[in-house]
Amino acid sequence: MRNFSNTYIFVFSLIMVTIVAVLLSFVAMQLKPLQEMNVQIEKKQDVLKSVGKAGEAKEVDDKNAYINEEFAQYITESYVVDFNGDLLEEDAFEVMLALAGEIKKPQEERSYPVFVYSENGGPKRYVLPVRGKGLWGPIWGYVALEEDLNTIYGAVFDHKSETPGLGSEINTGWFQEPFSGKTIFDENGKFISIEVVKGGADPSSDHQVDGISGGTITSKALEEMMIDCLAGYVAHFEDLTTN
Amino acid sequence: MSNEKEPLFSPKNLKLLSDPLGTSNPITVQVLGVCSALAVTVKLKPSIVLAISVLVVMAVSNVVISLMRKMVPPRIRIIVQLVVIAAMVILVDQVLKAYAYDVSKQLSVFVGLIITNCIIMGRLEAFALANKPWASFLDGIGNAAGYGVILIIVAFFRELLGSGTLLDMQVIPQSFYDAGYVNNGMMILPPMALVVVGVIIWIQRTRRKELVED
Repeated sequence: MRNFSNTYIFVFSLIMVTIVAVLLSFVAMQLKPLQEMNVQIEKKQDVLKSVGKAGEAKEVDDKNAYINEEFAQYITESYVVDFNGDLLEEDAFEVMLALAGEIKKPQEERSYPVFVYSENGGPKRYVLPVRGKGLWGPIWGYVALEEDLNTIYGAVFDHKSETPGLGSEINTGWFQEPFSGKTIFDENGKFISIEVVKGGADPSSDHQVDGISGGTITSKALEEMMIDCLAGYVAHFEDLTTN
Repeated sequence: MSNEKEPLFSPKNLKLLSDPLGTSNPITVQVLGVCSALAVTVKLKPSIVLAISVLVVMAVSNVVISLMRKMVPPRIRIIVQLVVIAAMVILVDQVLKAYAYDVSKQLSVFVGLIITNCIIMGRLEAFALANKPWASFLDGIGNAAGYGVILIIVAFFRELLGSGTLLDMQVIPQSFYDAGYVNNGMMILPPMALVVVGVIIWIQRTRRKELVED
């Protein structure tokens, strides 16, 4: 085996690290626009999915164009409100992309984006983005409310790094579908959100859904996320229903 | 270059491919890389994608290290190996994020964890540092395939018995459930991966007595 001098080792390491750094940053920069677009398309698709649209995303040839088109067609309105229900001069989509920073603030200081769906002037549905902390990383979702601002029409959830097969099940149909038809206010109009119950929800309850076996921490985190994020819309809902 | 005339798929080279699938399988014989076999094998699909990703990372880093083997100072060889593996894994991760976003989301942390897969460093250290690129390439493919096969077998049984599905499609008919069949929730939990791997090792060793230690 050749004997390498210390100088050689230093020079070798420097060159190696430089090559790797240049290669990785070049690739990262080249792929960044594609990756960012994937994220935006995904958000739009999730918003659409929560109101029961974008069902053919898997079949169409050009998924991105299809999603953009559906989004432009069905999401007729979007705006941002604050905790007191007052309108803010912000772009709802931008706020949604930056939701991770938003949820770090106290509830009273956050901006709350709202996406309004309506098809051919039919009943409106309100899509509210939610975000929180799961077991290993962020979890987020989109909750679509019916025009009564109480009944959930549909909910879509996703996660960054929950355990595959356990917590990661929050992005599957069997977990999300039971949210439809549940209500987030009780009979007296008090905000109580949805409870994710370990060991099976009471089928007669309007406020409970099944949790995930082996994914209790993620299930509970999701429950807290819903309370934390939806509570900020209560004032806005009151404005909407009284007007 | 003494054996330049050696055919690309000589018996010796083919053995590099086939041995890790059987008698020197990284998981069941060398017991390497078990950590990821525990975590991703709850479902078949992530296991398959992880197997492919490991295959790519392993083949390429084996070739790169083999090409550099005469330049790498032995004193920092482990660091060099780590840098090569980490760079490859980040590349794979970035490409998956750009071109196969859905799959990359499903795998989440496990792509990054390929870096810590001991099989890869083990092969770089034990083989690529001392052998020519082509042989190292085959060795990488062989070992990654040996790893992937076990991963897929374990995932097959865990998904089938634990969730009643394969590749997220229901395979156990509803009539079974109506007759009182229940999915085995234990199979979803990580310890059952160890048990399944153990059963595979057991079966392999009862059929190949030479693998049994005293």
